[in-house]
Amino acid sequence: MARYVANRLTQAILLLVIVSAIGFAVLHLAPGGPLSQFAASAQMTQEDFERVSRQLGLDRSLPIQYLDWFGRMLKGDWGRSYRDGEAVLSVISSHLGATLELMATATIIAVLLGCWIGVLGALRRYSLFDTLATVGAMIALSIPTFWFGLVTIYVFSVKLGWLPAGNRETIGDGSPLDLLHHLIAPALVLALVETAMWGRFMRSAMLEVINQDYIRTARAKGMPEWRILTVHALRNALLPMITVAGLQFPTLLGGALVAETVFTWPGMGRLFLDSIGYRDYPVVMGILMFSATMVLIGSLLADILYAVVDPRIRVG
Amino acid sequence: MADDTGRFGVGALHLGIPDRRQFVQLGAGAAAGWTFAGNAFAQTERPTNPPDKPRGQVIAALSQEPTVFHPLMPGIEVDQGIWWQVFSPLWFIDPDGNFIPDLAREVPTIENGGLSADGLTWKIKLRSDVKWHDGTPFTAEDVKFSLNLINSPDFRARSRVGHHLVKDIDIVAPDEIHWRMETAYSPYMSILAALTFIVPKHILEKVTDPNASPFHNAPVGTGPFRWGERVPGDHIQLNANAGYHGKGPYVERVVFKYIPDLTVLYTQFRTGQVDYTGLQGILPNFVQEAKTLKGRKIFVSSTSSVEHIAPNLEFGAFADRTVREALYLAINKQAIIDALNYGLPTQTESFVPQQAWSFQQGLPQHKYDPAKANALLDAAGWVRGAGGVREKGGVKLEFTNSTTSGNAVREQTQQLLIQDWRAIGAAMRVNNMPAAVIWGDFWQQSKFNSVIVGVNFMLGSDPDVTPRFGSGAIPAKGGRGYNTYQYQSAEADRLLAQGARQFDLAQRKTTYGELQKLVRNDLAILPLFQGFIAEGVKEGLQGFRPNINMSINCWNIREWYWA
Repeated sequence: MARYVANRLTQAILLLVIVSAIGFAVLHLAPGGPLSQFAASAQMTQEDFERVSRQLGLDRSLPIQYLDWFGRMLKGDWGRSYRDGEAVLSVISSHLGATLELMATATIIAVLLGCWIGVLGALRRYSLFDTLATVGAMIALSIPTFWFGLVTIYVFSVKLGWLPAGNRETIGDGSPLDLLHHLIAPALVLALVETAMWGRFMRSAMLEVINQDYIRTARAKGMPEWRILTVHALRNALLPMITVAGLQFPTLLGGALVAETVFTWPGMGRLFLDSIGYRDYPVVMGILMFSATMVLIGSLLADILYAVVDPRIRVG
Repeated sequence: MADDTGRFGVGALHLGIPDRRQFVQLGAGAAAGWTFAGNAFAQTERPTNPPDKPRGQVIAALSQEPTVFHPLMPGIEVDQGIWWQVFSPLWFIDPDGNFIPDLAREVPTIENGGLSADGLTWKIKLRSDVKWHDGTPFTAEDVKFSLNLINSPDFRARSRVGHHLVKDIDIVAPDEIHWRMETAYSPYMSILAALTFIVPKHILEKVTDPNASPFHNAPVGTGPFRWGERVPGDHIQLNANAGYHGKGPYVERVVFKYIPDLTVLYTQFRTGQVDYTGLQGILPNFVQEAKTLKGRKIFVSSTSSVEHIAPNLEFGAFADRTVREALYLAINKQAIIDALNYGLPTQTESFVPQQAWSFQQGLPQHKYDPAKANALLDAAGWVRGAGGVREKGGVKLEFTNSTTSGNAVREQTQQLLIQDWRAIGAAMRVNNMPAAVIWGDFWQQSKFNSVIVGVNFMLGSDPDVTPRFGSGAIPAKGGRGYNTYQYQSAEADRLLAQGARQFDLAQRKTTYGELQKLVRNDLAILPLFQGFIAEGVKEGLQGFRPNINMSINCWNIREWYWA
């Protein structure tokens, strides 16, 4: 097991290095640069641009810039944001809480609701519920999150006035109830796609399990249906969901990016968009590395958990 | 605060920055009306007096996030929203174009002895009752430190234009500072007013890296509001400075709320979550509806920005003035204004805003005349070739036009231009790019054919456009400036040099008037309209005064209060 984990860890580290090199190259080779935002404000002359560019070290060759950045990153120095001069790790951590809050809430909603819909759909295959769930999932997967967010704001904020039109809290309030009030709409919007995906995966997994021989045997032995469902079927159906959960992070992050923009949620997604727009290289690279690490950790954990559950994987 | 209005130079006519009557005499009387264009007079409530002490808070929504809090470093307009609250300049420019002393006791002029007759010696008398937010007294040392910091090679200063001419800074007394200018440079008055904030020596002289220190994220200034807190990506809170040396502040807190999407920003204004929509304001398509909202006031005001088509004068057919004139005649400007911009902007022929003292009246007015455009091109030997596209001497009248992708109004403008210009045998193709791309080397190094862009050509309120139209300011040719049009004119160079040396307002008005005629005649740019902004405030919020001389209209939140 230790060898298996070490192998997977080595692969993950190699992947991170590759991601960093590709990310760095793509980001820096894209036209424009961190100073282009100032061209429109027109207070800086070309001479000023060149001077500031030199001071930021942007006039050096790309490999030198990469090696410099990589070397400092290994020492724990992820650089400073070009926009506000804050340390990158501090910038990321200041946005992380909001995103985790949103993602965790959305995930809880999605897992609970999605699994319930999936299980019920599988047990009542081709019933009205199953048909509606399937159609609903297709619709949810097809609706652009941005549009759904705007409709939610229009209906629940503008027309009905039930929910705030955005923000994480009312400035000056910030009570738990206020936070929850603000969390409802963005979390539901973010959870929509997730719920649909969890529902579909769960339905497939459950269908596969309940058609297995051991389930038939359990029924033949007269085991109560609820026990068959929870102890034998559900536990086994949840196994492949470990992988799904591990790989859901990028999707969730992508959804958060949109939901945060629509609901003015001060999280990582918006930070990422803003930083790309401003070509804030250190922050973009920081988020990229952070996200890649999270995805790899998720995937690694899923693999390890799977190996723990199914020993055949370790030797495969 | 001293209420002495600065006079800029004296000369034979004893003209300073003109007062309202002089504005009218100078033909710039339009200044009176611009602030209250559109629905601005929709103030139904009677203005009341400001409260005795700060009361309530203002939530100001911005579509970009302020991130640069050191006011001398590279920043964008939205950052100035913070700078104007936390810091103070020596003097500022009011909506009528007057210089108003702030940290200075009076604005230096030749009349009051603050400026020598040759414009080389500047003597600034400072207020002695100003304190930094941490209680330390403000002195001439701070002014000297700020000017030196800008010119420091290690410091990532935004711009050194004007400042690099400052030599021999001499502190005469804690409240008086003198310096010498290497050459006379009258636009420096505006640079000091609108773009130069004074920073605290006692804090910044101790930092090891002038480009990164705790000050950068918790600035200390002399302005009406103290730094409160910042939640990155969300909001910045500033608290009233009870010891402020000027008028106000009248609210306890200002919260700058960052809402990147303009539709969402408008929705939050509509639902009452924000009190003021700033910077990019309300999208034109929402303005009519916004005017009907209860409890909201909408101000539509002009900005200094001039929306124009920037031709690269070194590219193909654009080098021919006749082509530029024909293209200009073939633009249906009114359709662009009415159909795409909801009739909100006004036509212009100059790079100077119509409300400025330096605006030249009587420039040739644009007329949509495709027949004349065709005739001009025929006469100049541009003949129609394959596909109806004209050519002359092997040069085809075809080019690309670029603008920021995602800017719906500009993209629609391009569609109208394609139609308008096709009618005269000019083929235009769209080549749009994201902001971070187009305003990089593509724009700065004149790699474009033509671009639709809005530019504020003014230095504060000064019409010195040497960096924009000077022959030595073409970056693609190694110049120091942003003359990306690659405009070269010996006469323009002469006028620019002359205007920058003059301190008499009447003389300067003549000089820059000539320059505007020249640039209009040469069609160095094809102006579409003067920029505008629609901003909303909640009813009951008093004191909002759009200021065309500032980059941001929330420059005076210190004067805002709830009725």
